[in-house]
Amino acid sequence: MINTDALIIGAGPTGLFTAHQLKLIGLSCEVVDNLDKVGGQCIELYPDKPIYDIPAVPECTGEELTNNLIKQLKPFDIKFHLNERVDEVKRDNNNWFVKTNNDKIFLTPNVIIAGGVGSFEPRKFSPKECEKFENKYLFYAVKDKKIFEGKTVTIFGGGDSALDWAVELSKNSKVNLVHRRDEFRGAESTVNKMKELVNSERMNLFTKYQLNNVRGSDQIQSIDLKHDDGQTKNLETDYVLGFFGLIMQLGPIAEWGLNIDKKTISVDTKNFETNQKGIYAVGDICSYPGKLKLILSGFHEGALAARACFKLARPNEKYRFEFTTTSSKLLKRLGKKE
Amino acid sequence: MPKITYITHNKESHTIEVQNGLTVMEGAVQNDIPGIDADCGGGMACATCHVYVKEDWLDKLPKKEDGEEDMLDMAFEPKPNSRLSCQLTVSDKLDGLIVDIPSKQT
Repeated sequence: MINTDALIIGAGPTGLFTAHQLKLIGLSCEVVDNLDKVGGQCIELYPDKPIYDIPAVPECTGEELTNNLIKQLKPFDIKFHLNERVDEVKRDNNNWFVKTNNDKIFLTPNVIIAGGVGSFEPRKFSPKECEKFENKYLFYAVKDKKIFEGKTVTIFGGGDSALDWAVELSKNSKVNLVHRRDEFRGAESTVNKMKELVNSERMNLFTKYQLNNVRGSDQIQSIDLKHDDGQTKNLETDYVLGFFGLIMQLGPIAEWGLNIDKKTISVDTKNFETNQKGIYAVGDICSYPGKLKLILSGFHEGALAARACFKLARPNEKYRFEFTTTSSKLLKRLGKKE
Repeated sequence: MPKITYITHNKESHTIEVQNGLTVMEGAVQNDIPGIDADCGGGMACATCHVYVKEDWLDKLPKKEDGEEDMLDMAFEPKPNSRLSCQLTVSDKLDGLIVDIPSKQT
């Protein structure tokens, strides 16, 4: 079990700066994120897209912004728990008992939800029959490529993940690649490699097709593909892989007894506390009259929530407001003074 | 003001006057039309404002940018008449546009 003054859910820009604010005022904190890296939407959705409305930063990409926020955290020792989703949050006397999907447990008086629009989950196939085979014969990620050796694998998608796996698995498996149009958005070199394999008949390519049905009882026997023109085609296959990117789902947050409206959490703008004492929501996931979904708003919200955390983490101390320009205590925490 | 008709998957029809310059997505969100999530807020980064455009309107709409087709690869049940409604800016030319909203966005 990990004891901490505050737990931040979400390592996007708002979560990162909130961690900075907590550490600056002398509190400990830990950060949990469902993705395998820090940065949230900035890294997952638009790492290369320029952002123009961060105060005093005329232009930067999502990746640059994330790197700068990480740099700003350098004086502090902050533990990140990546690839973990918080599944449970419940009252435990004056604390919150928080459990992740990997059974990691935190005990903390303060939980700050900086979850953006929820957690990223793989986009799934639409036919209902797919569920039955999921994680056995139908996957949205590859964990162990050995299981595909000598088998027929049908891969859906047109991006880098689909193409990379199609090329990789074609070495030891029979690969069918299916995509809804003729153009691929993956890296040009991988697209060329894939076309080479198709031309030399080491891979089958089906474009303008989508998955219509999966047949089989215990394991997959075959799948039906549907062409844009309405015709269907049956294809024998042992495994199906789908790579359609990630979607955002509110997920377990909906179960924690918070006031939720249209995928956002209502907060009091005084301290960004939710209807539950000691649970705060900051950044895109919170809502209040006049809310702007801008990164700069998330920074402000995180700064205020951090001060509110002080009260519950140090009930016998009084928080004193100080500037980083003049406070020797803050400068010491920042590593600028002995 | 141009009128845009949104038809939900259970065949409810909503005809709304949408101001020139707003997007078809914004018209839906501001008028609480169900079924258009627009998680990313119009950044062409999520494909949750996906709509089907009535066939006879396809040629009259602004052409797709590269990124839009890439995002549509990830949409729920894309079809040849799929568009991201955040990329359709309303103008007098779009008066009378009809879009069908998919049964779900994710």
